[in-house]
Amino acid sequence: MSLTDAPDEQREADEAAGETDDEGGKLVGQGIDRREDAALLTGRATFTDDADAPRVAHLAFVRSEEAHADVEAVDTAAAEALDGVLAAYTWADVEASDAPGVLPISAEALDCDPPGHPVLARERVRYHGQPVAAVVAEDRYTARDGVEAVEVSYDPRPAVVDPVEARGADAPTLFEGAPDNVAVTTDLGDEAATDAAFAAADRTVEVKLENNRLIASALEPRAALAEYDAGSDELTVTMTSQSPHGHRRKLSETLGLPERSIRVVAPSVGGGFGHKGHHHPGEAAAAWAARRLGRPVKWTATRSGNYLAGAHGRDHRTTAKIAVDDDGTIRGLRADTDAGVGGYGLGGGASLPGWYGSLLSSEYAVDAVHCRTRSVFTTTAPVHSYRGAGRPEAIYVTERLVDAAAREVGMDPAELRRRNLIDPDAFPYETPTGATYDSGDYEPALDVALEAVDYEAVKAAPDRDDDGRYRGVGLACMVESTGSGFETGLVRAHPDGTVTVYAGTHSHGQGHGTTYAQIVADELGVPYDDIEVAEGDTERVPTGTGTFGSRSTVVGGNAVAESAADVREKATRIAAHRLDADPADVTLADGTFSAPDGSAVGFADVAAAAHGGDRPAGMPPGLEATTAYESEATAYSFGTHAVEVRVDADTGEVDVETYVAVDDCGERVNPTILDGQVHGGVAQGVGQARSEHAVYGDDGELLTGSMDRYALPRAASVPHVETRATVTPSPHNDLGVKGIGEAGTIAAPPAVVNAVLDALEPLGVDSVDMPLTDERVWRAIHGEPGR
Amino acid sequence: MFPPAFDYRRAGSVAEALDLLAALDDARPLAGGHSLLPALKTGGADERVGAVVDLSGIERLDGVSVDGGETVVGALTTYADLASSATLRERARVLADAAGEVGDRQIRNRGTVGGNLAAADPGADLPAAALAADATLRLEGPDGGRSVAATEFFEPDGGTAVADGELLTEVRLPGASGAGGAYAKKTHPASGYAMVGVAAAVKASEGVVTAARVAVNGVTDPPTRLPGVEEALVGDPTGADAAERAAAEATADRDGATLVGDVHASGAFRAEVLPAVAERALTTAVGRARADGDGDAGDEDDADDAGAGGGR
Ligand SMILES: Cc1cc2nc3c(=O)[nH]c(=O)nc-3n(C[C@H](O)[C@H](O)[C@H](O)COP(=O)(O)OP(=O)(O)OC[C@H]3O[C@@H](n4cnc5c(N)ncnc54)[C@H](O)[C@@H]3O)c2cc1C
Repeated sequence: MSLTDAPDEQREADEAAGETDDEGGKLVGQGIDRREDAALLTGRATFTDDADAPRVAHLAFVRSEEAHADVEAVDTAAAEALDGVLAAYTWADVEASDAPGVLPISAEALDCDPPGHPVLARERVRYHGQPVAAVVAEDRYTARDGVEAVEVSYDPRPAVVDPVEARGADAPTLFEGAPDNVAVTTDLGDEAATDAAFAAADRTVEVKLENNRLIASALEPRAALAEYDAGSDELTVTMTSQSPHGHRRKLSETLGLPERSIRVVAPSVGGGFGHKGHHHPGEAAAAWAARRLGRPVKWTATRSGNYLAGAHGRDHRTTAKIAVDDDGTIRGLRADTDAGVGGYGLGGGASLPGWYGSLLSSEYAVDAVHCRTRSVFTTTAPVHSYRGAGRPEAIYVTERLVDAAAREVGMDPAELRRRNLIDPDAFPYETPTGATYDSGDYEPALDVALEAVDYEAVKAAPDRDDDGRYRGVGLACMVESTGSGFETGLVRAHPDGTVTVYAGTHSHGQGHGTTYAQIVADELGVPYDDIEVAEGDTERVPTGTGTFGSRSTVVGGNAVAESAADVREKATRIAAHRLDADPADVTLADGTFSAPDGSAVGFADVAAAAHGGDRPAGMPPGLEATTAYESEATAYSFGTHAVEVRVDADTGEVDVETYVAVDDCGERVNPTILDGQVHGGVAQGVGQARSEHAVYGDDGELLTGSMDRYALPRAASVPHVETRATVTPSPHNDLGVKGIGEAGTIAAPPAVVNAVLDALEPLGVDSVDMPLTDERVWRAIHGEPGR
Repeated sequence: MFPPAFDYRRAGSVAEALDLLAALDDARPLAGGHSLLPALKTGGADERVGAVVDLSGIERLDGVSVDGGETVVGALTTYADLASSATLRERARVLADAAGEVGDRQIRNRGTVGGNLAAADPGADLPAAALAADATLRLEGPDGGRSVAATEFFEPDGGTAVADGELLTEVRLPGASGAGGAYAKKTHPASGYAMVGVAAAVKASEGVVTAARVAVNGVTDPPTRLPGVEEALVGDPTGADAAERAAAEATADRDGATLVGDVHASGAFRAEVLPAVAERALTTAVGRARADGDGDAGDEDDADDAGAGGGR
């Protein structure tokens, strides 16, 4: 596998995208290397588990072996008797403390009012792996011995792991207020109008599909080190967080402490994909135990703990229909989905599924769309946002439908897509399910993808390759909503002229230390190397939201850009004062202010003057600015991914021969980092399409709870990804940027599945569910094995 | 992550290892550690051992040699050493090739042939090769040594003929099973072990197959020979089709066997694709055997390597 493009292709793409080096020395637009990589790649970066504290104790969980059961008794005596075990806690201990001990749930968005997830099981367990008790010991080994010494007796209840079955009359009920296990039903779009559009269309086609349940598998498992200072009543939690301020808020609710008493520090974070933004029992229990015990407490998830009980993703079962005229015009879309949300709502996790419908019409001008989604409790790990969070679910449905429609009317799938693309003049464009797209020009991206994959040639080639394998090509057009919510950026020039940028986002692989420094260098006019970016500490960064949902460059980037412009403005006034010139005539380049008469002053001198030196009368001291930035509206990225595959009908083996990703995220701050985001996302998307699947047995046991059972993509199974770009700036922010972090996970699954279905069309196969294991592909061709 | 406490002892000789195994409570031999240690770390209470007896210091168990007509492989020989051994490639290509397909480079530098056969995971890559190479396993115990044919060695559920307190010391291969060997592997997408692995050792004379031993791991529990395939192959002078037609017999061969399956690939599916994987192994093995029989054997035949392996 190679993760870099052929240099020529990249240069062409960059030139097409206007990314040449000679833009007056601007750094934005240049694919400079990530400054954070040297430390990350040489083991010098500090991760949470590297953090240490004097007298630190270690926490490990006793996890439920049952999927659904009443907890009759938890006997911790034998564990407590072990040498080195400091304490063994159960819910009774949490209940007796002053902490609520429950992870909050956003129940206002639900049709029922279920309790939140308790940090330790309260009377009942609702998924395999739920924490039942916590053992704290002098070292990790002893903690684990203590875990094994705890005796739990369960009175099992029936399990239900499938969201469709969970709505059935015979299914066990998880929460009293939701007798059918439905947490919330969400309707988007106009049902009556959609009925009418379907009635009027020439044809309708239905597909049934599953968006497979996934498990976030960051290289670094979740971890926390909690230190409580009884003197100052301050709790410091060093943890694996995508969202330090968000976690501080959630910890404050679970622990019953004011936010001002909690500091959350997130050092280097080894991948997140959403689940390090959510609030889980592990970090909260460590924090609770540290206060209780009066000693620092560290908890690091084991790999299997992460599989069992880190929030899972996806898990949709959908029946969807498309109404299409014989000329290929799409008249309507509808989808009906049961989405499993697991045994507890984590924060807003239980209401999240319904919003997937807002992107259902994707790049297409469709007037009638209706989407009904039921979020259904099942006796499985909680489900929450996972890289894409609704966008992959939506686009997978849309793109499968579009291909099915093309087959139904006998039209080329690329042609049918082209015919229905939203016109570039139609923006801002409001979809029937309530999204307003800011800008877009969809056809060029489609064309670039078709050309790069050599679409016509593949289509014209024989069904089978020389070696007998079937040949297929698949497309996925997509939109991605990016950059919601607010973010802060503080730009502070120190008296020596160096600059620190503080942002409320937190990079966990996205390279903000590079990207933000590029933006600030351009805005402020100081050298890139003089700019440091600080994130991941609620005491250093005033406030903020975090990194998720492809938002950081959009909201964080614009926040730091505005602050940098404000600092520059003030610095220019100081320089003008020093140079005896009009501020309007003073220019700043490479750290030096110049006046028309040729006199000059360095940025460092200006910064020193700002901190107590000679500055305009009445100007307050200091040289910094803070922006709390909220985008006017969501920015919608888009693109087309195209895939060519070979399928061996005898073995079901699929090989991705060519993968082309054409993405438009508006202005491109750092094309190298953007490519990296696409590569990683495509790897994950191909993983979802080909092999990743969290599978529960009927009894609720997680059958894929380790790396040798949960099939992550490997270097050899990830195709070479050829990245291309078009550039359609967002009109809603000054940088003109849109996010791109989830493009790969959105587009890759439908592109791969469509390619495989295209390959198998001669064999009469029109449907196969992800993951496309060899067996599923084989079954689609041959039917039940063993006959 | 955190194994329970156990004692660690290092043996300098087979005799010392046997003594330690007898003397210590719940003692287990430790070779490459790549099955034993993960089991200790993740297995919970049922994987506790009292002590491990590290065999890695026993020099006489390391390496490939020739003894009379037999090829002798020490139990501690690593996969990397098996795969690169010129002696083995010449005399029992099937075992060298299978060793080259195990896991990844790190695993191949640590894991040992003895550990692989003793652990006898149904998806492990070496059992089929041992069967195809007609191996005899040499066991030594407190009461002396004994030899067990590979066909008698593997038992259901990962069991083997190794008794408590015994050590597997050598894998002995008769005559030269020859350069006409190959191993084809359909790799499990999660574990990287074999979903279907077929080992073939074939001899040919003047283009006609004169002897064939073919076995499978990953599909049946325990790994097994495929006699129908072997019979169909021998004496068949028809060139390329031979592999395909013989491979088709694999379907009958696995009748009645206990099949191995999981969420990624059911046993029934593995059995269905067994002929396709067998065909890859046979095609390569027959090609090599013919080249060998015609006198231009050796390592120059790598052009046809693409047919085997195929670890996708
Ligand atoms: C990530 C990973 C991927 C892997 N992929 C593959 C793969 O693709 N194919 C494959 O075949 N294997 C694979 N393995 C397993 C690996 O090959 C192991 O090395 C092998 O199964 C055991 O060999 P070992 O030398 O490490 O034995 P150990 O782990 O040391 O021992 C295994 C067992 O055998 C016993 N034992 C060891 N030596 C002897 C002896 N001489 N006599 C008696 N008993 C003995 C031990 O007591 C223990 O019970 C993988 C392992 C890992 C961790």
